[in-house]
Amino acid sequence: MFLELKNITKTYPGVVALDNVSLEIIEGEVHALVGENGAGKSTLIKTCTGAISPDKGTIVIQGTEYTSLTPKSAELAGVGVIYQEFNLVDELSVAENIFLGRAIRKGVVIDRKAMEREAAKIFEQFDIDIDPRKLVGELTVGYQQLVEIAKAMSQNAKMLIMDEPSAPLTQTEVQALYAMVEKLKSAGVTIIYISHRMDEIFRLSDRVTVLRDGEKVKTLQTAETNLDELVTLMVGRELKETYPTRKDCITDDVAITVEHISGEIVDDVSFEIRKGEVLGFAGLIGSGRTEVAEILFGYKKKTAGRITSHGKEINPRIPKEAIAEGIALVPEDRKKHGALLERSIKDNISISILERISSFFTVNTTEEDKVAKHYREAIRIKTPNLEQKIKNLSGGNQQKVIIAKWLATEPTLVIFDEPTRGIDVGAKSEIYALVNQLVEEGKAVLMISSEMEEVMGMSDRIIVLHEGKVTGELSRKDFNQETIMGFASRN
Amino acid sequence: MKSQIAQNGSGAKIAEFGRQFGIYIVLLVLLTFFSIASENFLVSQNLLNVARQVSMMGIAAVGFSFVLLLGGIDLSIGSVITLVNIVAASLMVNSGLSPVLAIIAVLLLSAAIGFTNGWIIANIKMPSIIVTLAMMIIIEGVAYLICEGLPIYGFPESFATIGQGYVGPIPIPVIIMFVVMGIGGFILKKTFFGRYFYAVGGNEEAAKLSGINVTRVKYLVYTLSGFFAGVAGVVILSRTNSGQVLSGKGFEFDVLTACVLGGVSVAGGVGKITNVLAGVLILGVLSNGLVLLDVSQFVQMVIKGSVLLIAVALDSLQHRKTL
Repeated sequence: MFLELKNITKTYPGVVALDNVSLEIIEGEVHALVGENGAGKSTLIKTCTGAISPDKGTIVIQGTEYTSLTPKSAELAGVGVIYQEFNLVDELSVAENIFLGRAIRKGVVIDRKAMEREAAKIFEQFDIDIDPRKLVGELTVGYQQLVEIAKAMSQNAKMLIMDEPSAPLTQTEVQALYAMVEKLKSAGVTIIYISHRMDEIFRLSDRVTVLRDGEKVKTLQTAETNLDELVTLMVGRELKETYPTRKDCITDDVAITVEHISGEIVDDVSFEIRKGEVLGFAGLIGSGRTEVAEILFGYKKKTAGRITSHGKEINPRIPKEAIAEGIALVPEDRKKHGALLERSIKDNISISILERISSFFTVNTTEEDKVAKHYREAIRIKTPNLEQKIKNLSGGNQQKVIIAKWLATEPTLVIFDEPTRGIDVGAKSEIYALVNQLVEEGKAVLMISSEMEEVMGMSDRIIVLHEGKVTGELSRKDFNQETIMGFASRN
Repeated sequence: MKSQIAQNGSGAKIAEFGRQFGIYIVLLVLLTFFSIASENFLVSQNLLNVARQVSMMGIAAVGFSFVLLLGGIDLSIGSVITLVNIVAASLMVNSGLSPVLAIIAVLLLSAAIGFTNGWIIANIKMPSIIVTLAMMIIIEGVAYLICEGLPIYGFPESFATIGQGYVGPIPIPVIIMFVVMGIGGFILKKTFFGRYFYAVGGNEEAAKLSGINVTRVKYLVYTLSGFFAGVAGVVILSRTNSGQVLSGKGFEFDVLTACVLGGVSVAGGVGKITNVLAGVLILGVLSNGLVLLDVSQFVQMVIKGSVLLIAVALDSLQHRKTL
């Protein structure tokens, strides 16, 4: 046994990130960790590396018990981690990066030659072809990852935790990574491998543990399981929340047609949304859902493809132009992209219609008040005072203000990106009711959500994205967690 | 628990009161202090002098506070003033242009300089402090090149009215300052683009995603900053009656201090014109009072520098609290 987690519990305000999780990692194995977004994988890694300390539970590394593991003691115990974001300095050489913070010195002078020699030794051991004198910034992502691995090995890591290592890599680089993992394994290194890609789990791992909603579901011998079983374990929760029903209001009128668009992450995506329809976007984080929305909204660049709205091709270069075409986007990150925190509720509601309600550059404040008051009533923003700063509101009320801002622009297509993230249950159901009201009024809604229940509960149709591509489309009668998860995690 | 909330509440109220009126209290304290310390201070002639002295600063502070609202800075305004002085003087004296035409020409020139700053900042996405610092040096150099370092004088008499005239007992520069501040306040409170300044300065990405053309807002703000600096430059030229290469030297520093004293946050998104006026007056009273008390110029430098440092420190502390 290399590592043993015993009854680990970690809670954050409002969420149980890990709930009494116990896990055993056998020395020398490749142990895969799978689960949906928010299943608790990241928290589990951070527990192993000492980046966070659990509320309850103990960690045993090679027989030594730790109640509070610090990053330093984890490193000394031989735990190394390769995060998705590398901890490398582009401007320094490969060797300098490997020995960053613990440079080999001759007196006060850094002994570059010795560091390069040492780096070369590690590279040789694992058959890596990198010149230690090269600047890290000049390397491709795949090679940078190898430098990270070498860095961990130079610190005598006996276990490596790899957090979705294949995600940023090209197809050939992925092959090199697999080879590397096998070499590490034959050198006796224990590996925890986190991935959304099912094929590599079957290819690389000896055992696999499934996490769901902060709980460990099961640990299985990889050779004794299959894709269907894993997916079922990942998503197999009871559907508990109920969603307000709406009458069937889908029209034949197409609000927007998207044909073969590409851009950052997004790769040849096509779909259409009809008026009165809620189209759901499912997929894992990084699957390109948000990026598709941002392209439609003129916030990210479209490199190819056509967007047609009301029979006319549109090409928004900035959000302002998209808004003029009747598109609205309720963004994922409310504080960063939605709210003007230092401004009042009224200012936040009116900001997108100021030009429309101005004459001779002067804002018609009577009209502004009227609009703000109208939406306060219409979508029940709980505040006595519209002059109050939005930062003083609860998450749910902030979200309603942002929605009010967009409804004021009288859009035909409203895009919701994770509309209920971080808001309480009551406000959630109000937002669902609001979405229903919008489609019943004949607007089209595109709803991006990482919550499987939400996207299934609210959508008329679901498109599943994986690594920028559409991998599946389901109509309501075919909705099924396993199918969606299968589309979302396939290659 | 409950009492703690109550305490926080009253603490927040005191902080809010300080934010709203603190600056006027400081002004009052300064006025009282100098009235007691110097018998020449509290006479109407001297107070009108103070008002006239600060008017140029007040005019430029309007455009400058717009820039601060955006979260930027415009170090080039001092040099714009110098260039406006030299070019207007040269146009009137060497080219024989009428004062009106010369004024129009230099105001267009200063707006164009501001626009250039804005264009570079918005499109090349360079930090405003670097762009306007470079611009400051460039324009100052151009001013020297035009006049070869020598003063230019001998303007038509009518030109002097702007800087030296009175309407009743009120100096014309003071009237211009109030008009400009009125326009500034109107822009910020009433116009849609004025509201955009706050939005862009508060959260540029959210502003963009709300449908604001951020690039154009930047053009406008830096253009206005250049333009109002140009207006201040014309008033200075008319007051001194001679175009000199040192006329705008260090002006950006005084204006920055006045704006920050007036509660415009250097982090962007927060500020009001009425408070800027108070900031301008504080600085004016301070300079005037120190002169009356015979404090040496070098000591004055130490004091003014300290005032800026303290003002920015208070602003930063306040900003950190709200986050």
